[in-house]
Amino acid sequence: MYDIKAIYEAFSVEEAIRLLQEHPEAQILAGGSDVLVQIREGRRAGKEFVSIFRIDALRGVTMEEDGTIRIGSLTSFAHITADPIIQNHIPVLGEAVDQVGSPQIRAIGTIGGNTCNGVTSADSASTLHALDAVVELTGPEGVRYLPIEKFYLSAGKVDLKPAELQTAILIPKEAYENYNGFYIKYGMRNAMEIATTGCSVNVRLNDDKTVIEDIRIGYGVAGPVPLRARHAEAVGRGLTVSPESIRAISEAVSEDVRPRDSWRASKAFREHLCHVMCERAAEAAIRRAGGEL
Amino acid sequence: MLVGKSFPRVDAPDKASGRIKYTEDLCSRKALVAKICHSTIAHGYVTAIDTSEAEKIPGVIKIVTCFDVPQIEYPTAGHPYSTDPSHQDIADRLMLNRHVRFYGDDIAAVIAEDEIIAGKAVRALKVTYDELPFVLDPEEAMKEGVPEIHEGAKNNVVKHTEIHKGNFEEAIKEEGLIRVEGIYNSPMVQHCHIEKPICYAYMEKKRIVVVSATQIPHIVRRVCGMALGIPWGNVEVIKPYIGGGFGNRQDALDEPLCAFLTMQVGGRLVKLERTREEMFVNTRVRHAMRHYITSWLRPDGTLVARKMCCFSNQGAYGSHGHSIAAKGTGALAQMYPVENLWAEATTVYTNSPTAGAMRGYGMPQAVWAFECHTEDICRKLGLDPVDYRKTHSTPVGFFDPFSKNEMYYDTYRQALEEGAKAIDYDRKVREYQNQTGPIRRGIGCAIFWYNTAVWPISLEISSCRMVMNQDGSVQVQVGETEIGQGADTAYTQMAGETLGIPFDMVHVVSCQDTDVTPFGTGAYASRQTYTVGFAIRSCAEAFKQHILEIAFKYTGMQPYMMDIRDAKIVRVSDGRVLMTLAQLATETLYSMEKAEHLTIEKSAAVHSNAYSFGCAFAEVEVDIPMCKIRLLNLVNVHDCGNLINPALARAQVHGGMSMGIGYALSEKMLFDEKTGRPLNNNLLDYKLSTFMDHPHLDVRFIQNPEPTSAYGTKSLGEPPVLPVSPAIRNAVLQATGTALDDIPMDPHQLFRRFREDNLI
Repeated sequence: MYDIKAIYEAFSVEEAIRLLQEHPEAQILAGGSDVLVQIREGRRAGKEFVSIFRIDALRGVTMEEDGTIRIGSLTSFAHITADPIIQNHIPVLGEAVDQVGSPQIRAIGTIGGNTCNGVTSADSASTLHALDAVVELTGPEGVRYLPIEKFYLSAGKVDLKPAELQTAILIPKEAYENYNGFYIKYGMRNAMEIATTGCSVNVRLNDDKTVIEDIRIGYGVAGPVPLRARHAEAVGRGLTVSPESIRAISEAVSEDVRPRDSWRASKAFREHLCHVMCERAAEAAIRRAGGEL
Repeated sequence: MLVGKSFPRVDAPDKASGRIKYTEDLCSRKALVAKICHSTIAHGYVTAIDTSEAEKIPGVIKIVTCFDVPQIEYPTAGHPYSTDPSHQDIADRLMLNRHVRFYGDDIAAVIAEDEIIAGKAVRALKVTYDELPFVLDPEEAMKEGVPEIHEGAKNNVVKHTEIHKGNFEEAIKEEGLIRVEGIYNSPMVQHCHIEKPICYAYMEKKRIVVVSATQIPHIVRRVCGMALGIPWGNVEVIKPYIGGGFGNRQDALDEPLCAFLTMQVGGRLVKLERTREEMFVNTRVRHAMRHYITSWLRPDGTLVARKMCCFSNQGAYGSHGHSIAAKGTGALAQMYPVENLWAEATTVYTNSPTAGAMRGYGMPQAVWAFECHTEDICRKLGLDPVDYRKTHSTPVGFFDPFSKNEMYYDTYRQALEEGAKAIDYDRKVREYQNQTGPIRRGIGCAIFWYNTAVWPISLEISSCRMVMNQDGSVQVQVGETEIGQGADTAYTQMAGETLGIPFDMVHVVSCQDTDVTPFGTGAYASRQTYTVGFAIRSCAEAFKQHILEIAFKYTGMQPYMMDIRDAKIVRVSDGRVLMTLAQLATETLYSMEKAEHLTIEKSAAVHSNAYSFGCAFAEVEVDIPMCKIRLLNLVNVHDCGNLINPALARAQVHGGMSMGIGYALSEKMLFDEKTGRPLNNNLLDYKLSTFMDHPHLDVRFIQNPEPTSAYGTKSLGEPPVLPVSPAIRNAVLQATGTALDDIPMDPHQLFRRFREDNLI
């Protein structure tokens, strides 16, 4: 039994915006795998909801003419993992969201919900950061675009204006073409888990695979919101492909990450993991890109 | 032959298809719903509960607080009752407690029209307290000046026992002895059965009917009667199918309170289901323990003397109390006989959730400590761990004067050889020596001991009723419950075997109803096949004799000339079929002259016990920088006597191994040091192991027939958990050289210990 005041169902984006305007107190409900839990916990008990779950236009992965990959915000994790466009161009994202919770959660949970929650542990978030993803937001004023890093404001808070909803996540062609990525989720068990720390690395090597031309490193649970390791990326850019380079990059991560102490894991342990995971993810990404180590 | 064959479970199709009715399915949708208000302090007294706001909420029927319940302290442990007051369980709780003893203690109940209303009303209660200091650790709780958690329990000690054997003080003076010592910690964990704690109650003809997900209906009837101060026969307890118990339901949980609540609303139906969060703190947990062990050995490994000290965390209320620590302490000398022993066990109240029975009943903690320590001995003495165990574990012929049990077979050596072969120990143990690098492998083992049933500590009795139908098929009723372990299927096989009728003609009545079901104490202590075996066999043999006597009237053959085979009356001398059982039953039930009801009832008091033995081997891969253990292989070897149903036996072992994996690697209940508040009482933050954390589970049996048993069997339900955690620990020790002395061996501990050992 759930304590819900009212649910308004939208079948189009326009209808969702109108319902959100008519019911300014209402919260957005997508797959429900987080929201229902929070209703039960009492955090969202007795509230009104606008369900966007039936807006099929927000579901699916497509490639736009300029090569941008467009992921509808209601696309489920299971769909993303199985999608041929994802598998061919950004398999790392399919692998990352395949580590969310359980098969049931991956069938119902959506990538839009995963990011709009604003939590630092979201399995998609570090990889979307490492992919330079762009968030499409649609509201009464029209459509606007935000780099994913700007979308996250603070723990649990994202830049969604009143009556606005996230309608897609876009991966520009230049962000994925010639890049290879690898995501490591660190959990205390191998399924049904929230990341203790997550690290996603994307690399682009030069033609003969000996130089790291570009590297992008995204983290979850290394700070209050998902973040990019900009210092470490700067250190890595232009280095030759070697174990020493990887070590230099992973050591530089200290400048970027700000994990905290909690009963779930100590600060010292999370810091240690940030280094080891960067090293392991970078190594795997470089190997995928054809680099020899 | 029915015994020894892998019949499918009798309840499998109904369970798999969702047709089985559990307590929640049986409860009318019109039931009133009760929700419990919990203390937000860990220790102190409730001074007042203001119910005025809550009472205003529409749909609230009744609010009952700790000031309203009967002031009768009652026991909850699912032990057989003792008519000797000195052996009775501790009676130290009320249904709702004004003296709050842990964070989340039950202090009030709201009865409302539905759970949302009840929940709102609980949140609207205003509680004030007088707070006292609280304590979470047993050794801390024993210190001077710590407030008494229960009045009169000096130093918060529930009970202290000692075992002294030989001349310990003299023995340790021997020249040249090597001393090995260690401290081993095991955590508080929870059973996490899949069906949440639930019961419902109503009144009928001035009596109270309680339908409950319990392992022990007859004991729950007694406890409800005691708690309410009413005649025990005025309570009827019904136990439908349940979604697991693992010992948590070997306690009276909410049944007395739910029975009281229905009385408060004129006998209306009241349902009390606990949330998953409540399950962790408001039912029972496994006792956390700390074992200090010191051994004195000769250089060849001969054990000369041993000292052990065990502290057991009882939590807030008595429940199963000291029985658990006492069992583990007594087991020390069952695995490695020693001439000179000093063993102490102390069970201590603390301000944490109440510890009760849980699969293994003190032995997972004890075997963890013993087998870590055995490995530490091998390391110190430079002896091969398998050879050491083969040489020093209990030999064939060993006699235990307390239980009158004997080591009838050379089981430990048989099991160690079987396990070593299964996992390819000899090759791997050499291969994994002297590794370097970040990722290393290791192999380790551990042995275990376990009893069957509770004789001679407590009563052992089971009763059985058989009723024959017109077609010759038979209903079988016993008091020992099906709790997912497959008991009904084993009963079916045993009854059919002795009666001489096929599997499909035996109908075990799964539901126990204390008004109808013959007296039995329930499912616990891995006792069902052993103890119920006696009741079924004596009942079936008497029933068969009775039927053959009836058959004489139809066939003219003397009963001793006949037998029942495949539901037919057969002349033994030439195998001729004289009549079918269906013909006999139909004729006898409807005969105008000779009609009689075909039934029999027998109870069996059991005055024996049987010991189970075995071992586990684990192979691990340790990722040192990542602070992770990957379990590559796990082999359990069990001597549980003859197998009634090999497929079900294997499933039991799988379940136990799985529980052992979680215990070893990830499970632990955590509390806030400042407030005593539980931190991870949900299935996300409490890390049960998942399928993805399991390797292939390899199960081996050594079928040494148990001479004292009706069907040659002995315990198997609980033992599989025992050796898993030390086997994994010893494998990690071989891989890394780091001796982990705490469970769970989770990444937090690995990070700390690898740092200390300069591995990272």
